[in-house]
Amino acid sequence: MSDDVAIRVRGLRKTYGGSPAVAGLELDVHRGEVFALLGPNGAGKTTTVEILEGYRQRDAGEVRVLDVDPANPTRDWRGRVGIVFQGTGEFDELSVAEVVHHFAGFYPDADDPDKVIERVGLTGKARARTHTLSGGQKRRLDVALGIIGRPELLFLDEPTTGFDPEARREFWELIRDLAAAGTTIVLTTHYLDEAEALADRVGVITGGRLVEVAAPNQLGNRQEALATVSWRTPDGTLDSAQSATPTALVADLAARFGGEVPGLTVTRPTLEDIYLTMIGHR
Amino acid sequence: MTTTTRPAEPVTAAAPARRSGPAGLALRQGRLEIRQFLRSRESVVFTLGFPLIMVLIFASIFDEEIAPGVSYTQYFITGMIATGLMTVSFQNLGIWIPIERDRGVLKRYRGTPMPKWVWFAGKVIMVLVTGVVMTALLLAVSVTLFDLELPTTTTAWVTFGWVSALGVTACTLCGIAISSLARTARSGSAVVTPVALVLQFISGVFFVFTNLPSWMQQVAALFPLKWMCQGLRAVFLPESFGADEPGGSFELTRVAVVLGVWCVIGLVLCLTTFRWTTRRDG
Repeated sequence: MSDDVAIRVRGLRKTYGGSPAVAGLELDVHRGEVFALLGPNGAGKTTTVEILEGYRQRDAGEVRVLDVDPANPTRDWRGRVGIVFQGTGEFDELSVAEVVHHFAGFYPDADDPDKVIERVGLTGKARARTHTLSGGQKRRLDVALGIIGRPELLFLDEPTTGFDPEARREFWELIRDLAAAGTTIVLTTHYLDEAEALADRVGVITGGRLVEVAAPNQLGNRQEALATVSWRTPDGTLDSAQSATPTALVADLAARFGGEVPGLTVTRPTLEDIYLTMIGHR
Repeated sequence: MTTTTRPAEPVTAAAPARRSGPAGLALRQGRLEIRQFLRSRESVVFTLGFPLIMVLIFASIFDEEIAPGVSYTQYFITGMIATGLMTVSFQNLGIWIPIERDRGVLKRYRGTPMPKWVWFAGKVIMVLVTGVVMTALLLAVSVTLFDLELPTTTTAWVTFGWVSALGVTACTLCGIAISSLARTARSGSAVVTPVALVLQFISGVFFVFTNLPSWMQQVAALFPLKWMCQGLRAVFLPESFGADEPGGSFELTRVAVVLGVWCVIGLVLCLTTFRWTTRRDG
């Protein structure tokens, strides 16, 4: 295994009560990249990620995460891996600052807890008991616990669920900062705009397999996909045509209309269109 | 939040413990557990208040002699000390661990480099400290208000020490073990409370043990509480009362053996059934 590989998965299988959740998954994540796992509910995303995090045992296959088999996690390895779980945690009678300070004590080279609290935007809530936080604030606390140990590799399982748009943008900035500092990031998400905004590469899981891996703008040959040009005809109905040369078509239309083309749009398939086609919803 | 006038909580208390050795980690964990316990009003009232209130009520109502020179009050107080030790360990852990598991606290600890045993050590430290405080409170009240006499011989104090220690150990391990039976946060108390209540009624806490039907005595003799009560009676009641015990003496050897066996049973159950995550987490 070369030094630039953070995660290597070959032939991963996991079955629950006879039905396969993960069925021969293959995956490589390079060091320093932001990798997004997309997939519908029940596709095997969380199962896969929890096997990589050392929370679930696999039935078959080869898995290396930072050169360690996560089925036998060592303390040193735990110190190098940060985890933000799906769903929120609650430390009942403790304050945000107490929890973050306490968790910092478990790591050999922890970050400054107060700085981490500031980084996730919870400074104003540092003395608040964790059960009084809103859903989005609890997620921020989870992120703080995920990064307090300065991980080389950070797992984020649907990190921005419950965030308002502004909080999501702030969170994206934080992820970009971490990535710029060299942290390898694996995130699962339902939000395609999130994958597009953050990920160097996107992997689509469906039926327990990784069906495609590509840069977000290349997924499903998105760049080569035909553009759709649509316009309004003189009798008021909408017309459209698919074209590999939309500029020529628009010029042609402009000539035909003698100038402005009514209701003109030129679109290419969005990541969402591509994704929905891939998972068989279109 | 920035304008808060509340006195600062000791949020930086954990900082000096950073990079501390395993023992330091365990102490830090214990301190955090105690802080959480003290802040949770219901557990303080329930754990420390319940035995005190019961002593105040029962010892005030009944004051007859159950044997020459032995009052019901003395008998009941020893039973309440044993009950209190069971409450701080068995009930406290059996009720709170499922809540922490359900809220994702355990899962989050498991994702850090914290050695597993440190978390258990934190619980044990919390149980020991609350157990000592509870016993001291009960003794103070009983000596002041109800003429209980503290042991006068070293042997009696030594017996007091080992019976309490062995009993608390058995109950702690059983409490951790039974916590895995609860499927949700709420069901912990539904699993544990009936067990504890029934044991209190059949083990010679509220009623003089030898007055119970013999089948009930035999059932009680299978569980730790009966033996904890009997061991503590050897400490606080006159030696002559030994003849009134079911076995014709305080049977300290048997007390040690039964409690020791329960420690082993509890430990085996803990090691084989303990869960860091809820069932729906897999």
